[in-house]
Amino acid sequence: MHEIYQLASGILVWVALIVFVGGTAGRLIRMAITARKKDAVIYQYFSFYYALRSILHWIIPFGSMSMRARPAMTLVAFIFHICLIITPIFLAAHVILIAESWGIGWAYLPNAVADIMTILVILGCLFFLLRRIVQRDVRYLSTPGDFVLLLVVAAPFVTGIWTYHQWSGFEIAGIVHMLSGELMLICLPFTRLFHMALFPFTRGYAGSEAGGVRRARDW
Amino acid sequence: MQQRESWDWTAGTREIGDFGAWRTTYGYMEEPHVSEDGEKIAAIVRAEEEAYTVCVNGRPWENTFDKVWYLRFTPDHRPVALVSDTAMWTVAIDGTSWQNWYEFVWNTRFANTASHVTIAAQKELRYFVVTDDTPWQNEFFSLNHLIVSPDGRNAAAVVQNTTFPEADIGKFQEGCFTVAVNGEAWPEQYVNAWELDFSGDGRHVAAEIRTSLYDYTIAVDGKTWKKRFPCVWAPRFHPADNSVTAPVKIPGGWSLARNEEIIWNRGYKQLWHHMYSPDGSHIAAVAAPEFGKWTIVEDDRAWQARFNEVVTDAVYSPDGNRIACLGKSNEKWYIAVDDRIWDVALDMAWQPVFSPDGSHVAAMAEKNGSYTIIIDGKPIGQEFTAAWQPVFSPDGTRILVKGVLPEDQGGKYCRQVLEVERVAS
Amino acid sequence: MKTSEDFQAAAEEKRIYDAGIEEGAKKLTPEKIRSVFNELMQTEGGARLEAYTKACVHCGLCSDACHHYLSNDRDPRFSPAGKVKQTIIEIVSRKGKVDADFMKRACEIAFTECNLCRRCMIYCPFGIDVAYLMLFVRRACHQLGVVPQYIQDTAHSHAATYNQMWVRDDEWIDTLQWQEDEARDEIPDLRIPIEKEGADIFYSVIGPEPKFRAQLIYQMAVIMHAAGVDWTMPASQGWDNSDMCMYTGDSEMTARLKKIHFEAALRLKTKRIVMGECGHAFRSVYDVGNRLLGWKMPPLQMIHAISFYSEIIEQGRLKIAEKFDRPVTFHDPCNIVRGRGLHETARYVINQVCTTFIELEPNREHNYCCGAGGGVINCGPPFKNKRVQSNRVKADQLAAAKKKGAEVVIAPCHNCHGGLEDIIRHYELGLELKFLGDILYECIQKE
Ligand code: HEM
Ligand code: SF4
Ligand code: SF4
Repeated sequence: MHEIYQLASGILVWVALIVFVGGTAGRLIRMAITARKKDAVIYQYFSFYYALRSILHWIIPFGSMSMRARPAMTLVAFIFHICLIITPIFLAAHVILIAESWGIGWAYLPNAVADIMTILVILGCLFFLLRRIVQRDVRYLSTPGDFVLLLVVAAPFVTGIWTYHQWSGFEIAGIVHMLSGELMLICLPFTRLFHMALFPFTRGYAGSEAGGVRRARDW
Repeated sequence: MQQRESWDWTAGTREIGDFGAWRTTYGYMEEPHVSEDGEKIAAIVRAEEEAYTVCVNGRPWENTFDKVWYLRFTPDHRPVALVSDTAMWTVAIDGTSWQNWYEFVWNTRFANTASHVTIAAQKELRYFVVTDDTPWQNEFFSLNHLIVSPDGRNAAAVVQNTTFPEADIGKFQEGCFTVAVNGEAWPEQYVNAWELDFSGDGRHVAAEIRTSLYDYTIAVDGKTWKKRFPCVWAPRFHPADNSVTAPVKIPGGWSLARNEEIIWNRGYKQLWHHMYSPDGSHIAAVAAPEFGKWTIVEDDRAWQARFNEVVTDAVYSPDGNRIACLGKSNEKWYIAVDDRIWDVALDMAWQPVFSPDGSHVAAMAEKNGSYTIIIDGKPIGQEFTAAWQPVFSPDGTRILVKGVLPEDQGGKYCRQVLEVERVAS
Repeated sequence: MKTSEDFQAAAEEKRIYDAGIEEGAKKLTPEKIRSVFNELMQTEGGARLEAYTKACVHCGLCSDACHHYLSNDRDPRFSPAGKVKQTIIEIVSRKGKVDADFMKRACEIAFTECNLCRRCMIYCPFGIDVAYLMLFVRRACHQLGVVPQYIQDTAHSHAATYNQMWVRDDEWIDTLQWQEDEARDEIPDLRIPIEKEGADIFYSVIGPEPKFRAQLIYQMAVIMHAAGVDWTMPASQGWDNSDMCMYTGDSEMTARLKKIHFEAALRLKTKRIVMGECGHAFRSVYDVGNRLLGWKMPPLQMIHAISFYSEIIEQGRLKIAEKFDRPVTFHDPCNIVRGRGLHETARYVINQVCTTFIELEPNREHNYCCGAGGGVINCGPPFKNKRVQSNRVKADQLAAAKKKGAEVVIAPCHNCHGGLEDIIRHYELGLELKFLGDILYECIQKE
C-alpha cells in the first residue's frame, strides 16, 4: 500500500508529466515534419489572422451555427471542458502540494466551488456516456475505446472528490486518484484526448483556408 | 522565301494602306493582323449582307464567303484564312481558296520559315490533315495535337485509330490512341498521347504518352521508353543528335530525363517547357524550385530571380548564350533577361525577341491600354493602340516596329524602322 | 456496435450494380490492395490525414450538416464521420488489409454518398475536412482501378479530348460559330471572338455547354456585347475549365487539365479568366489544380461569372431594361460560396435584376448541397435514384421557399442545375430553374 502510494506520488508524477509534455510535443513536432514533407502547401496557406478568427468563433460558447443548433450539448461541453481543465490546476489541495514540493504557487479555488466543478465534470462524463448510448449516430461512431476513455477521464474526478470528503475507503480512492490522474496525463498524447492539442491546428487550418483563400466563414 | 535582307530597312516611318480610312468603310471589321515584314495589314470584314472577306491594305479580296475566320499571315507574308461557302470549308490564301473543301477545317499551322500551310480537316466525321491542299491518305476517328516539322513539309498528330462504344471504359484502357505522321499511324496504341515534337530534320517524332491510367512515358517513332513515370510533360529533340528529353516526375519532384535516364540532379516542384539552345549545348526550362516561386533553370541551375505567379515565353538568343522570358508577380508582368528583371511593370508582355548577334533584346508590351516596344529595358517612346512583334534587321543595327498610331495621331497603321543604338542608349 | 449490423444488412439489400466498380473489383487481390494502399500512404498520406483521423472525437456534431444523413432517415452510416469510419479509418487501421468487397463498398461511399460539399467542415468543432478524407479514398480507388463507370468515362474524355464531353476540336469551334450566327439574327454585329490575342478576358466554359446548353454561350455573348467587353475564346484545347479527374482521384490528369486551361489563356495574352456559371470547375481552377501544378494562386486572375456580372452591373456597363418580376430564390452552390464566398455578390446581382427575392433556409455558407456535386451526378444512371432520395432535405428546403412564394430557383452552377432539376421533378415541386445568366439575358438592354 505504502509503496504504491510512494510510487504514485513520487516517480509516477514525473513519469506522467514527462510523457504528457514529451509525448504531446513529440507528436506535434513529428506531424509538423510530416506536413513539411507531404503536405508542404498547408504552410503556404496558414494565416494566423484567419486561424485565430476561426478559433475564437469556436471557443466562444454559441459562436458557431453548429453550437447554436445543439444548445444542450454546447452548454455541457463548455462547462465540462472548463471544469476539466480549471479544477485540477486550481484545486487548493493541488496548489498546496505543488507549493510544498517545488516552492511555486498560485491562487486556488474555494473548496465548495471545486466540489461543484468536479461534480460538473462527472456529470459531463455521464452526459457524454448517455449520448454515446442513446443517440443513434454517436452510438454508431463510438468505439470501445471511447467508453474506456470516459472512464479514464471520470476516474480522477470521482476518486478525487471521494478522497477529499474522506468517504469510506478513501485511502484506496486516494491512490486510485493519483494513478488515474497520471494515467489520464499519459493517455493524453496517445489517445483521442489528443484532440486537445490538435484543435488549434485543424481548426486554424480550416479557418486559414476558409478566410484567406475561400473568403467564407467556417463557423 | 523572301529573306530579311531584302526587306525595307530604311530608317523612318512609313504608313501602310491608310488603315485609318478603310477601317471606317466597313460596318463590321475584326481585329487586324500584320505580316512579319510589316508591309501588309489585313482584317476580316463584312463586304455585304452575310458575306465576309478579308481586306488587305485597304483592298478587299475579290471573293466573299459565308464565313471567314482565323486570319493569319504565312511566314512569306501571304494572308491566309479559313473560309466557308455553302457549309463547306477550306483555306484561302491571298483570296484564292484551295480546290478541296471539307466539313470543317481548323488548326492552321506553318513552320516559322517555310511557305507550306497545314490544317486539320474533318469530312463525314473522319479526321485527317491537309498540307498545301493535299489531304492525308488515311483518315481517323479523331485527331488532336497537330504539329508540323521545322521545314513545314511533314505533319504529325495524335489520332484515334480504334473506336470504342460509348462509356466502354475497359476498351479505352486497352489503348485506342496513337500518333500518325504524314497519315501513317504508329502500330502501337496508347491509352493517351498528347504533345508531340518533330526532330530538326523532320524525320522523327516524339510523343508524351500514357500506357495505363498510371504510367506516363515518352514514345519516339513508335518505340516506347521502357521506364514509366507518375507523370511527364512534352518531349523535345536535341537539335543535333536527335536524342529526346522530357521533364519527368520522380519521387523528389520533377527532373529532366534524356532517353529515359534522369540527367538533372535537382528535383523541382515544377519543371516544364524545356528548350534547347540552337546548337544543343544547353537546356533551359521554366521551373518552380519551391512551391509558388517561378524562375528559369538552365542546365539544372536556377536563376536567382523569382516570380510569384508565372514564367512564360522563354527564348534563347540565336547564339545560345542568353535567355529571355516573361514573368508575372503580384498581377504585373515583367521582362527578364539573363536573370535580370527589367524595371518596368506591365499589364501584358509578349515573347522577347533577340537581335541576331544576341546583343539586344526587344519586347512588345501593354500598359494602361496602350502598346509599346521596349528595347534593352527602355520603352521606345512611341505608343500604339495596337502593335505587333518587332523584328531586328539581319545586322542588328535596326529594328522594325509595327503599330497602329493613337487616334489623336491619325489612327494610321505604320511600319517604323528605328536605329537600335539611338533607342537603346 | 451491434446495431451497425442492421445498417450493414440494409446496405446489402440496396447494393447497386455499377460496371466500373464490379469489373474493377474483379481484378483486385488482397496483395494488390495492400501494396497500392501502403504506397499511397507512404507518398501522400501526410499530416492532414493523420490530424483529421486522430482529432475526431466521434461526437456526431457533423451528422446534421450532411444532407445524405438527414435525407436517409438519419441513418448513421451516412453521417460524415460515419463515412470516414466505414472507409479510411478501417483501411488505415487494418494497414490496407481489406478485400475487394470492402473496396467496392468504400468506393460507393466515397463516390456516391459524399458530395465533397464541405458543409460538415463548418459544423465540426475541429474543422475536420471529411471531403479531403473522401477524396483520399477516391484517390485509392482510382489507383486500384475501382471507379464508377460513368465518371471514369468522363475522366477518359478529359484525358483524350481535354474536355468533359468527348467534344472534338472542330465541334467546339463549330458550336461557337453556330451560336454567333444565331445571335446575329438578334444583334447583327455581335461576335464571339475566337482566338483574339490580347483580349481583356478569356472566357471558358465546361464541356456540357457546347454539347447540351449552347444557348448559354449565346447568352454570354449577348451579355459581353451589351457590356462592351473585349473578350475571347480559344480555338484550341483548354477551352473547357471543368474537371472530373479531380473527383475520380486522378490528380495527374487534374494537373494536366488545369495546365492546358491556364496556358490557353496565357497564350492568348488575356488578362483575366472569366468562368461560366459552374462550381466544380471553379474549385478545380481556383484552389485544386493550380496547387497540384505548384501555383499558390491561379497564375492569372480568374473570376466566376457571378463576380463578372456584378462588376459590369456596378460599373454601369450592363443596364437592366426591366426587372425580372417573378419571385426568385437562390441556391448557394458549395464551390463558390463555401468555396469562394460569392454569396453576397450573387445577392447583389439578384437584387439588381429581380424584383422579389426569397431566401432559402438555411442559406449562404450554410446552404445544403444540391446532391449532384463532387462528381456524384457524374456517376450516372445507376446512382440516380439513390442520389435524388439522398437529398430529400433539399426538396423540403425548396418547398418551404415555394410556400413563401418563390417560383424560380436560381442556381449559378451546372452541377447544381443537374441535381436540382432531378429533385424538382422527382418531388414534383413545380419550380422553374434558371442560371443567373438566363435572367440577365432576359432583362438587360441589349444594344
Ligand atoms: C484543452 C484540453 C481538452 C481536454 C483535456 C479535453 C478533454 C475531453 C474529454 C475528456 C472529453 C470526453 C471524452 C469522450 O467523450 O471521449 C472531451 C470531449 C469533447 N471535446 Fe474535449 N478536451 C479539450 C479540448 C477540447 C477542445 C479545444 C475542443 C474543441 C472545441 C474539444 C471538443 C470536444 C468535444 C466536441 C467533445 C465531445 C465528445 C463526446 O461527445 O464525447 N475539446 N474532451
Ligand atoms: S456530402 Fe458534404 S456534408 Fe456530407 S459528408 Fe460529404 S462533405 Fe460532408
Ligand atoms: S463533428 Fe468532427 S469530431 Fe465530431 S464526429 Fe464529426 S468529424 Fe468527428
